[in-house]
Amino acid sequence: MPPAAESLLDVGADFPILARRLNGRPLIYLDSGATSQKPEVVIEALAGHLRAHNANVHRGVYPLAQEADAAFEGARARIAAFTGARPETTIFTKNVTEAINLVAYAWGRAHVGAGDAVLITQMEHHANIVPWQVLCRERGATLRYLEVDERGELSLEGLDAELARGDVRLVAFAHVSNVLGTINPVAEMTARVRAAGAVSLVDGAQAVPQLAVDVERLGADFYAWTGHKALGPTGIGVLHGRREILERMEPFLTGGDMIASVDFQGATWNELPWKFEAGTPMVAEAVGLGAAVEYLESLGMDRVRAHDRQLTAHLLESLARVPGLRVVGPPEAERRGGLASFTIEGLHPHDVAELVAREGVCIRAGHHCAQPLMRCLGVGATARASVSVYNQASDIDALVGSLLAAREVFALDAA
Amino acid sequence: MDDLYRDYILDHYKQPRNFGELDPHDLEALEHNPLCGDELGVHIRVRDERIEDLRFHGHGCAISQAAASIASEELKGMSLAEVGALDADWMIDLLGIPVSATRRKCALLNLKVVRGAVTGDHAWPA
Repeated sequence: MPPAAESLLDVGADFPILARRLNGRPLIYLDSGATSQKPEVVIEALAGHLRAHNANVHRGVYPLAQEADAAFEGARARIAAFTGARPETTIFTKNVTEAINLVAYAWGRAHVGAGDAVLITQMEHHANIVPWQVLCRERGATLRYLEVDERGELSLEGLDAELARGDVRLVAFAHVSNVLGTINPVAEMTARVRAAGAVSLVDGAQAVPQLAVDVERLGADFYAWTGHKALGPTGIGVLHGRREILERMEPFLTGGDMIASVDFQGATWNELPWKFEAGTPMVAEAVGLGAAVEYLESLGMDRVRAHDRQLTAHLLESLARVPGLRVVGPPEAERRGGLASFTIEGLHPHDVAELVAREGVCIRAGHHCAQPLMRCLGVGATARASVSVYNQASDIDALVGSLLAAREVFALDAA
Repeated sequence: MDDLYRDYILDHYKQPRNFGELDPHDLEALEHNPLCGDELGVHIRVRDERIEDLRFHGHGCAISQAAASIASEELKGMSLAEVGALDADWMIDLLGIPVSATRRKCALLNLKVVRGAVTGDHAWPA
């Protein structure tokens, strides 16, 4: 049963790209987990800033520079409020990868030593694996993995057992898995991590575009997310950090803008958050992301979540009708974000993505930058469909139709 | 008929020739397609500076598996010097389908593996 249309958002018209065609057919975009499309208000905010208010920030005396400052810091305040954070503990980075590297370098190198452990999970994106591998190798520390069970979920008992070993300094995990879709119990996990005297880092790349995220309530010491998956521009990510921790940290990148003063031999650091923002920041992108969160707030994050959950339920039901198709991750829509990764017997995910694209349907195929997880699942790759506010039930119906057509091209029913 | 997934491509995909292990073998290599994590390895038996026999193993999409299967039939009997001189055009022509930029590495993975085993050069065929 498709969800009742009136219970879904109907905002496709706000996204100019959805008017274009692909392979002669209407564009059906089901790859928002890779990057979301952008509403007109974001495109306009970005372009409008460059057209009318562009100047460098934090250094100009003239009124145009003050406008740029106000736009940039105003966007920070809006973005911080959107995720329940304070502006001074909301650091702009290039993306989640850079945010995690910031923590791995600036916090990790001061606090993780020989004999210590960093705990991550089997469901992490490479962005939340490789920086910890490098840190552990450099410091003589151990990298351990919390297991994913057959439902695609983590176990709190498993976390307790790992923390009880007493050597864990940091626990890093995804809020929402980009492959399984699993929504992890962040607040329960961060509370346990804190009680064990360790620090938590949450990768919110897939979570912020679809869940109402309140970083204070989630209790994460670090929470990273990215603009381009949340209807904003590329080139801007966000790291929220706990103030006491950020204040004691040394900077990550150094240079202009992050200093209080510089003499011939040394320098002192700027205040938060600028201590962690070396060089001219991504001003227009911040303004664009500010517009994106304003747009999401206008829709209401509870409605966004309800929309995604209903579409995901429809996605799971519809995929179940395709012969030979297996979905990975939790079977219930309420336990997952708006995506489903799947395999089809006899049809490689690459070929699936190629064939459905002929019908104008865009889905992702590959290892989704989660090769260790792929190994756990016993597959080399999966196809993944992911939804956002602009999708409708008909997009999923088109996907399923194109999947059935793909099976025919491969003559899977004849065999 | 489908332009890309032609009957012979699907035939080679579903029933790949010269797939499996070859023991003993003289040369071997294993490569990954970074795009998708697909894995393809080769075992080669050499006699008088020629490929006497070879077997591919691994997993991949229809394009990469069919390319390996089709190439395997051509590679048998080829001299090592000839193999070292094979380029991307050889493989694309042999495959006989329009390969888009995004699927190019799928088509060329097997040649990368074979050339790696024979010459030690693990670069993508140009």
